[in-house]
Amino acid sequence: MPRTEFSPSIMSRPVYAPLKAQGAAPALMLAEAEGAEAILELAAADPSVMDRAHLIFIPGGTGFGPRLAALRARLYHEAPSYPAALERYRKALLDAHMGTQLYLAGTEGLIGQASAEALAAGLPADAIQAEHRGSLARRMQCVHCKGVTEGVTTDPFTCSHCGLTLFVRDHFSRRLGAFQGVCVDAETPGVTPAVKEIKA
Amino acid sequence: MSALTLRVTEITPLSPLVTRFRFEHPEGAGLPLFSGGAHVVVEMPDAGVLRRNAYSLISDPLDGSGYEIAVRREDGGRGGSRFLHTKVSVGDLLRVNLPVNLFALDLRAKKQLMIAGGIGITPFLAQLKQLARLQMPFELHYAARSRAEAAGIALLPDLPQIHVHISDEGNRMDLGAILSGQPLGTHVYTCGPEGLIAAVDETAARLGWPKGALHSEAFLAPPPGAPFTVTLKSGREIEVGAHQSLLEALEAAEVAVDWSCRGGACGRCETGVSACHGRIEHHDHWLSDEEKASQTKIMPCVSRFVGETLTLDL
Amino acid sequence: MTIRFNDETFRDDYTFHNSPEAIRRFPFPFDQDSYMYSVNLEPHAGGRAGTPFQNRFDVDEHYVAEMKDREITLAQDPLRCQSLPHMELAGWDFLELVMVSKAEDYPELFELHRDGDRWHWINRPLGIEQRFTFLDPTTLPCGPLEYITRQTQGDHALLDQRDDNLWMDAGMITSQADWSLDFDIGMNFYEWHAPVPKAHEMGVFQRALKFLLNLRQEAPVRRLNWTMTVNPRLDTSPENYHKWGPEKRTITPETVGAKQHLRVELQTLWRLPRSNAIAFPIRCYLCSLEDIVTQPKWGRRLHRVLRDLPDELAEYKGFAVNRPTIVDYLAKFDDGAPTSPGIFPD
Repeated sequence: MPRTEFSPSIMSRPVYAPLKAQGAAPALMLAEAEGAEAILELAAADPSVMDRAHLIFIPGGTGFGPRLAALRARLYHEAPSYPAALERYRKALLDAHMGTQLYLAGTEGLIGQASAEALAAGLPADAIQAEHRGSLARRMQCVHCKGVTEGVTTDPFTCSHCGLTLFVRDHFSRRLGAFQGVCVDAETPGVTPAVKEIKA
Repeated sequence: MSALTLRVTEITPLSPLVTRFRFEHPEGAGLPLFSGGAHVVVEMPDAGVLRRNAYSLISDPLDGSGYEIAVRREDGGRGGSRFLHTKVSVGDLLRVNLPVNLFALDLRAKKQLMIAGGIGITPFLAQLKQLARLQMPFELHYAARSRAEAAGIALLPDLPQIHVHISDEGNRMDLGAILSGQPLGTHVYTCGPEGLIAAVDETAARLGWPKGALHSEAFLAPPPGAPFTVTLKSGREIEVGAHQSLLEALEAAEVAVDWSCRGGACGRCETGVSACHGRIEHHDHWLSDEEKASQTKIMPCVSRFVGETLTLDL
Repeated sequence: MTIRFNDETFRDDYTFHNSPEAIRRFPFPFDQDSYMYSVNLEPHAGGRAGTPFQNRFDVDEHYVAEMKDREITLAQDPLRCQSLPHMELAGWDFLELVMVSKAEDYPELFELHRDGDRWHWINRPLGIEQRFTFLDPTTLPCGPLEYITRQTQGDHALLDQRDDNLWMDAGMITSQADWSLDFDIGMNFYEWHAPVPKAHEMGVFQRALKFLLNLRQEAPVRRLNWTMTVNPRLDTSPENYHKWGPEKRTITPETVGAKQHLRVELQTLWRLPRSNAIAFPIRCYLCSLEDIVTQPKWGRRLHRVLRDLPDELAEYKGFAVNRPTIVDYLAKFDDGAPTSPGIFPD
């Protein structure tokens, strides 16, 4: 599955670019599902990128594991989910030194959360590379109850915490790693627009 | 532009070339506080020429009883430092602009790594006081050719995080070693000659440091050059002398131009060019490469011109 | 100068009202008969006596009631006041700025006595007396930003300056025109303004940011911003949109004069000394249409501005659905006569 092309939007909407190899520098890599293909392409362009890489892969139902393992990263680990990988990822950030590169590939949910974690650990924004692959599902924060609903694919959608019907905004918070959802029928309770699929 | 008239209360040589000046309010009032890395612009009336030089504040940012600067004497320069060293005495009054900070610490940093060359130690002297109060982890490397040149040594606290490298004594600063193994969240601040800043940038890039973690301040003096003439919108012509910057020539001709750092870094004096028959010599760090190539903008504080006519949007 | 403080509410029964004096001094934002975005910054260095432009932090008849309303909002949602860890110094800078300014500009209402870093603050209208050590947060009941903004009208954001940009890293935001501090905290100047239509292409934000990055100590600036609100409600936050949103649909030709309010923000920007951050107070003034039209020039001008405003702006400012009713109402007060330049009433 090729890299996603997002249509131009407001300035706070994150923009992603193809991963560019930074040589054999120490690297932390997180990939989810089809994001594996971005890592495979990265290694094909410059195999030395794996020399000092710690690669964490979340299969998400795809079968890329063996091909990623074959890249012979210094450290390779498969985790069933991002929350399961979180402590390992945090420890890697804690032990990292300046000069470490971060490569992220997958959905906006993974990229958003992993970026927020890295920024909080002190990695400057320009050391983070992120390429979008796979599902267009978004992480949405409900501005009313503050709960985050994962894997949102429709607009509007139902907040999985408080039950309000929310419309999907492109306004994005790097700190939370999520887009903003706002009640769609506040002024006209019960009257909601037709549900559409979120497109790029 | 608000300025304070301050009295010179102390003049203390720190080394054969560097002198510390202390300024206080003539009526003893408190001076506006500032943040480490800030500089002030001192106005020096020197026999009919009004000079304005920017100097980093070395005193404690939270101490409003006075401002202190350390000036390196440059006899080959344009005269500002020579004026301070030879024509200023204790008790004199000088106009000093309110502090402006173009080299502030990033307070989110997990560790502050400071690299100073020669007189570039000055902004760090104020920042060290700020860091001590905030109790933030830091490391300072101070490189100078000789002990005589290392005027700041006497003003540095005796702490293990402070490393002095005197190249005459065979102790050179190893940037590769300094920039390796630093924890995530370290920010680097470099102040000193352009060559040092370039060396830090290059070593950091080689070691994979992102640009967002690197900060620098160069003490750029406007370079001299062949005299030239500029034309204003009204048709009035202004002549710029060999050792005079375009900004100074405009000020002498009472043409209002906004300014702040006077060293090509802050963008405040950016001026539009409506006609250019010749070549603008850009010496600033503000305009983009495209802007410089287009010759539609100029930074009068440091840049010059060679050619037939340069018409400014003034 | 004595101020009679109103006992009024900005929610539920909405007993908010403007005295005739408050109406005349209202910061009407339009200096001509049409509106488009501009940087419109000017020095904040005094202004016409009796107007909100005169003093550094304007205190008016709504002071006590506004602070009570803020208390209610914060009790329900503490996330309206947040300060990222590195912004504490900026909070102290701002506390000093407000205390010093108010004690000097309103000596009969506020007092500040300083003995080194031992400060003694008296706020008569709110009945507060506090002794504390400047820069020591353990000597105040809460962080410095929260402490002083619970006593200062308007919303307040503190912007950190780094990487040639400004970052909204702290704020007390309880009277906002529909944006969320909890969501926007940590964003830079372009990002938090991202939802504003048209302005980015116009380069308004690039010019404004460049100017603000060079803002100097002791040289504050100000500008006016505006929107429309149904009912004199301060808390028009996205968080509570599902509560105040339905009120928008209650406007009828009979109620529009009393219920529809022009909401003006007097924004000021200050360079702070110790932190090098920028303080960004956003002071909110409300005035109902029926009160606005008591000043004939304003009635004529407001009609023309709202009638001719581009649709996108009316949409973004949230009153598009009521625009026809509003414009029809105001048309009654516009006889087509010329209006004098400037914002002040004739």
